[in-house]
Amino acid sequence: MTTVVKPPVKAERTPEAVRPGRRRKRGGAGFRHRLRRDWPLLVMVLPVVVLLGVFHYFPTLGNVIAFQDYSPYAGIRGSDFIGFANFSRMFSEPGFWRAVANTLSITAVQLVFFFPIPIALALLLNSVLSSKVRNLIQGVVYLPHFFSWVLVVSLFQQMIGGAGLLSQTLRQHGHQAVDLMTKPDTFILLVTAQSVWKDAGWGMIVFLAALSTINPGLYEAAAADGANRWRRLWHITLPGLRPVIVLLLILRLGDALTVGFEQFILQRSAVGGGASEVLDTYVYYQGLLVGDFGYGAAAGLFKGVVGLVLVLAANRFAHMVGEQGVYSKS
Amino acid sequence: MSARAVWEEEPTAVGRLGKPVVLALIALAVAFPLYVVVVTSLSTTEAVTRAGGLVVVPRELTAAAYVQLLSGGVVTRALMISVAITAIGTAFSLGITVLAAYGLSRPGSLFHRPLLFVVLLTFLFGPGIIPSYLVVNSLGLIDHYASLILPAAISAFNLIVMRSFFMGIPSELIDSARIDGAGEFAILRRIVLPLSKAVVAVVGLFYAVGYWNAFFNALLYINDNNKWPLQMVLRTYIVQQQPLPTGAGGVATNVGLGLQAAPGLAIKMAIVVIAIVPVLLVYPFIQRHFTKGVIIGAVKG
Repeated sequence: MTTVVKPPVKAERTPEAVRPGRRRKRGGAGFRHRLRRDWPLLVMVLPVVVLLGVFHYFPTLGNVIAFQDYSPYAGIRGSDFIGFANFSRMFSEPGFWRAVANTLSITAVQLVFFFPIPIALALLLNSVLSSKVRNLIQGVVYLPHFFSWVLVVSLFQQMIGGAGLLSQTLRQHGHQAVDLMTKPDTFILLVTAQSVWKDAGWGMIVFLAALSTINPGLYEAAAADGANRWRRLWHITLPGLRPVIVLLLILRLGDALTVGFEQFILQRSAVGGGASEVLDTYVYYQGLLVGDFGYGAAAGLFKGVVGLVLVLAANRFAHMVGEQGVYSKS
Repeated sequence: MSARAVWEEEPTAVGRLGKPVVLALIALAVAFPLYVVVVTSLSTTEAVTRAGGLVVVPRELTAAAYVQLLSGGVVTRALMISVAITAIGTAFSLGITVLAAYGLSRPGSLFHRPLLFVVLLTFLFGPGIIPSYLVVNSLGLIDHYASLILPAAISAFNLIVMRSFFMGIPSELIDSARIDGAGEFAILRRIVLPLSKAVVAVVGLFYAVGYWNAFFNALLYINDNNKWPLQMVLRTYIVQQQPLPTGAGGVATNVGLGLQAAPGLAIKMAIVVIAIVPVLLVYPFIQRHFTKGVIIGAVKG
């Protein structure tokens, strides 16, 4: 198999060549041939593999310190293994459960108040006839997605913070100033409002794409049958969006333990840990600021493992209800 | 679809009046804070005093705040660090992403599936904050600018977007180049890249915005505030309302420059504007490619 003619090379590259029988072709001369043919491709992938190895997979192994009484001076090898002691301490810690509760309630509030907004925006924008207006509005509402969280929090502070425009206006009209940025009671609504401002427009894209795949002939036929605009929305538009809505809903549930890190770490000192501590900030504070690395890693590992299980379960569920799921094989 | 279809009913009065109002309010919700910040950053001390804080109606405009910020000192340095990190980081990320995307665009090539798996698996879980910190620390990258680039250099999402695009290039083109004796690197440079300008531009812009906005890595890995990027300065000075650190040779921004002295609030807002402007500059390019459906098409595929 040292001399190879071109056509088989091409045949191997096409998807049809990837059949159950392909494994037997590998090994021995086939392997050497493929190596000689494909080594430039391997060289190209190498930098990414090395970087992912060093900064993704290697640190993932470093999670063993969750089972250690880790000391930075002793290192992983020198630190004692203490089994699940970090975890049992964590489960008896009220601060940990508060972080879990905060995270889950923020997810719940966002499901109710954030999730429907991109859908409504997409429906609204889709009903605008002038393409100029549509493009203009799209351009405006996508923009905040590209702002950093630092910037978004800064802007909110200037608008509704203690020294912000709202307080300033209230004071000038003889009212009491309000600082909506430091109130623990309404913090959950504040972060949801910030998320809406930043990402609702961006979230609309996928719904707009789904709307554009609905056959316009359906609307015409429904209108001919006497369906008014609301009945058309109910019987054509929403069923057309259903797969996307179900998929995104499941994904969001699978991601229930992730509510964003920067947004919360930025506002933690203003609001206090009681309302703003979420799992990610808990890991950061306990691990790096308190310096209890093993304990912080345990909290992080807990979040990672539960999150992974949730995502996989959500994906399995998506397949079960007949949706495409996220990890469809490509 | 710029006209109403004949079978569609006339819009109701509520629809005709309400829709433009709602759309205008939505646009205003995004634009108004930006407008206030820009106007305040350009206002004189008198204007800020008269307004009692943020300025909504522009009067007596001056660029004093920008002159003061950009004439050296903490913000100038942070700005230069952010620009450099963004430029170098984007070039690096884009380079290795293009290479890997091409290397993974050939189903059936050697180790194709395991290598793709290595990339895709990163979607499922992150390594965690603490172990990542320990690795960066043990590599001696704390307080090193490389810590702002290397750990976050690859976005698996961007890589997959680009790979999907490359796989859509007709294989006849690539095969004919190979028959002409071109190696993989030559094919990538002469055939694939010229056909992929749009996706390379979009992915590059995504990386650039990511580097520009990055705050968390600096929070974790940069303790020396002389090495802070702009977002860290923004966070300390605006969000936490702490005085800016004045590093060696740095000029405190609160120190006025004689007659040119700009009000503190204008200075603060000018820092916000400086953080926004680069995003606004690249945004039209990103948006133009959305309309071509590069991202959506790639995501769906």
